[in-house]
Amino acid sequence: MNTTPSLQISNLAFAYPDGNQALYGVNLTINKGERVALLGPNGAGKTTLVMHMNGIHPTMQGEVRIAGELVDSKNKETLKQIRSKVGIVFQDPDDQLFMPTVGEDVAFGPFNMGIRGDELNAVVDEALSQVGMLEFRDRPPHHLSFGQRRRVAVATVLAMKPEILVMDEPSSNLDPASRRELAEIVRSLDVTIVMVTHDLPYALELCERSVILSGGIIVADAPTREILTNASLLASHRLELPVGFTL
Amino acid sequence: MGERLYLHRHSVTHLLPSHIKILAVLAFILVAVSTPITRWQTFLAFFALVIAAALFSKIPLLLLFKRALIEIPFVFFAILMPFFGEGERFEIAGIQLYREGLLAGTSIVAKGSLGVLAAVILSTTTTAREILRGLERLKLPTVMVQIASFMLRYVNVISDEMERMKIARESRGFIATGIKHWKVIATSAAALFIRSYERGERVHLAMLSRGFDGNLPSLGNPVVTTRQWLTALSLPGIALSTSLLFLAIGW
Repeated sequence: MNTTPSLQISNLAFAYPDGNQALYGVNLTINKGERVALLGPNGAGKTTLVMHMNGIHPTMQGEVRIAGELVDSKNKETLKQIRSKVGIVFQDPDDQLFMPTVGEDVAFGPFNMGIRGDELNAVVDEALSQVGMLEFRDRPPHHLSFGQRRRVAVATVLAMKPEILVMDEPSSNLDPASRRELAEIVRSLDVTIVMVTHDLPYALELCERSVILSGGIIVADAPTREILTNASLLASHRLELPVGFTL
Repeated sequence: MGERLYLHRHSVTHLLPSHIKILAVLAFILVAVSTPITRWQTFLAFFALVIAAALFSKIPLLLLFKRALIEIPFVFFAILMPFFGEGERFEIAGIQLYREGLLAGTSIVAKGSLGVLAAVILSTTTTAREILRGLERLKLPTVMVQIASFMLRYVNVISDEMERMKIARESRGFIATGIKHWKVIATSAAALFIRSYERGERVHLAMLSRGFDGNLPSLGNPVVTTRQWLTALSLPGIALSTSLLFLAIGW
């Protein structure tokens, strides 16, 4: 059994070119197979943190390691490796799905990793069946419903066989049934998952552990239930359970 | 939008690989434009040939001509040419016409129409996606094919966005009636531009996250049989041989 953590972030700090500092020394370790919810108010730096995980934002201070390997945005070769290990599902599926058909879009990632021919086809079929969208392979993405597009977006990164799957607001804009179906898919996946969300019940349902990022630092890291029952902690970081929701 | 032009039918033309259809249309246009307009019998044969090709492709003729109307703005000035100019002139029903202008105008309209009709047959029997694949196989620079395929993918997203913005404006009591509302429309257009630009950045980011390095996957080349080549090239082939035949018999 491999015991190297999937994600290891130490002392990560980052400021945008305009001087606006987004991260002030983040420390976070996520072990293989864990599902962790990354909670935090708007503007807490969640997206900035995610953009560090695959080297889109260059690391200014501190370091990020994926399965032990250092994320170095200047090293093109390792960066390619890193990007195949970190699968990011963006919030708007229309940002993610840009190819003329679902199948081609799912093929895009593995193609970039050098997979071709029959192997590519097999990978695409497998990823699409993992999210139950195999029969939509030849359809153009804009003919699908929003929930279906989100599932395809998940398949596009699953096809890369990532070490860690990062989902940005996976439940946003989904109807209740799509939301439940996506939860079932997430539970069926055997992969480390980081879920960035404001949907606290969803975090409770899917993630045993939660961390709160607020003001550019990790302010809490505990079992989800423990965090969600700490009313004063939630309130001080602009997080609230839905009205009528009790644990 | 994007696939609206494609008409699903089962014909030999529909099944031909897109790149040889593109080549056939280009070759046909080349033959048409290099024939002098004074040989009008040849042009009648060309039109008959295009119509036969449309029927062969199971395209309703009404649809074919309706779609060909798109050329009107482009040939508008050609239609005016016989009425202006200098040199030899003659009179038909009390209207002064110039011979030079009449010839040049007819030439533009006839050759333009042939080109448009052939292109309509191509776009009606081939999905936009397939046309792009065909261009890719014809070694058009990848960047151009990629730009076109992004346009194809996002034209719907952007037009939906535009529609939503319009509905949102109208829900707040705005109805564009005249020039005094242009400012609002222009501001919306600017907002749409910024949003599309930002979307472009997000799409690029999502592509980078999946390891994009400048190449899009292609699904390989289909095998083209000799028979398919012959079928596709029969359109320019018959056009050329008719043209030469008419030249030989002195029409």
